[in-house]
Amino acid sequence: MICDDWTTDEMMTVAAARALPDGVACFVGIGLPSTAANLARRIHAPELVLIYEAGAIGAKPGRLPMSIGDGILAETADAVVTVPEIFNYWLQPGRIEIGFLGAAQIDRYANINTTVIGPDYANPKVRLPGAGGAPEIAASCGEVVVIVRQSTRSFVERVDFVTSVGYGGGPGDRERLGLRGGGPTRVITDLGVLEPDPETCELTLTEVHPGVDADQAREATGWELAVADDLRASAAPTAEELDALRELERSVAAA
Amino acid sequence: MRTQSSRIVPLSTAVAELLHDGDTVALEGFTHLIPVTAGHEVIRQGRRDLTLVRLTPDIVYDQLIGAGCARKLVFSWGGNPGVGSLHRFRDAIQNRWPEPLEIEEHSHAGLANRYVAAAAGLPFAVMRGYRGTDLPEHTATIAPVTCPFTGEVLTAVPALELDVAIVHAQRADREGNVQMWGLTGVQKEAVLAAKRSLVTVEEIVDELDPRPNAVVLPKWVVSCVSVVPHGAHPSYAHDYYERDNAYYREWDAISRDRETFGAWLDELRQGVSAPA
Repeated sequence: MICDDWTTDEMMTVAAARALPDGVACFVGIGLPSTAANLARRIHAPELVLIYEAGAIGAKPGRLPMSIGDGILAETADAVVTVPEIFNYWLQPGRIEIGFLGAAQIDRYANINTTVIGPDYANPKVRLPGAGGAPEIAASCGEVVVIVRQSTRSFVERVDFVTSVGYGGGPGDRERLGLRGGGPTRVITDLGVLEPDPETCELTLTEVHPGVDADQAREATGWELAVADDLRASAAPTAEELDALRELERSVAAA
Repeated sequence: MRTQSSRIVPLSTAVAELLHDGDTVALEGFTHLIPVTAGHEVIRQGRRDLTLVRLTPDIVYDQLIGAGCARKLVFSWGGNPGVGSLHRFRDAIQNRWPEPLEIEEHSHAGLANRYVAAAAGLPFAVMRGYRGTDLPEHTATIAPVTCPFTGEVLTAVPALELDVAIVHAQRADREGNVQMWGLTGVQKEAVLAAKRSLVTVEEIVDELDPRPNAVVLPKWVVSCVSVVPHGAHPSYAHDYYERDNAYYREWDAISRDRETFGAWLDELRQGVSAPA
């Protein structure tokens, strides 16, 4: 059943949830990634293994965690480990298939900035929270899925600061840097989905959400956006997806 | 010296004795068991020129920075978890208010490994990390290192030795052995990386019966224990209380401008029912 009454943010979260296959281990950040990953577990991926950087492996929270320190993650996890262990034993050796990240800025080659806005690190226009676990998640996970709202402020020709590496300056850079994970495979926005071109690594619009056309996505992008020849249309959120998503979001609003 | 018991003393005594102006100190807690009340005592006692260290500086670090206690911050993610930005932290960096704040910025993996190296008595830790990012250009404590066995180039980060580590735990026994459980973050590493340590606890019990995933800090690696019920509020203390989510949102409003923050600070300094 298709439901017509949904927001672009809901569409984005639903599209992100659909990007997560069942049965893989996924390193999840709080915020949009956590919402999408928990939605995926409720809809099509009950065996998705959620890993939170605070040390919860295989968390199965019955509501959305309020932060990465939420006790519900420890109570429902298969294993609880320390922060050094989660990074050194679990992330670094490549045991985690998918990394799920947000961004303040992202560029043509899917490099991510969550550190500062403005050209001068010492005198930033806006000081952002910083790296957290993202640089090593971007380096070491089998692949990376990014979820970010699309606008010319967030989709920029060059990020002001490379916090986490996507494809660097283009093909071959990840190998040259010795990054063992595969890099970003999908960027999911409120307008559609972008994927790196297999030859050039450049983010290319491959899918638009219902009611969005390629020109809208081009206008919300700070570089000349490449569009796939076979541009697809996302399926609208189903009633099941929307119900589950809204129930999750109510659980946080009530806290 | 090494087998001496920790001493159970009031919080004000512990802070006065252990923490001095200019010290490098971590009040650790990875969004759980954050030693918030101990941080308020540091503000009340007017410590200055501190180098504050923490992976996830949040509200209590915003308060310490806004109160002018810090000269430098070593960190990897500075935000109000689940809410947004830290306004006092941003004001210090963007506008040098109330004074300039030097920063030394890492990733979680990097900063965690700096504690691990210090806890292990090694000069540095080796990791895969930071390659291709702009962080090494701005952070002197990130450097390449070549593996002597394979020739592979990896990343080294130096041991981060603390003068003082302050953490919060669920409980201690009468001897001063400390027990914490749930998500225990980097607290053990921070305590073992420090010359002196203070643990605030919810309660003192006769016996530390086993808990799942518990970390025990033997009495001889802890300098002082202080009984501070609700000492992690507004963060969580697993099996004792949940996070006060409303307070995290309120802090956003209190900290947003200097005046409302100043009023909050006056109240704290006067000791009137320390808000949160």
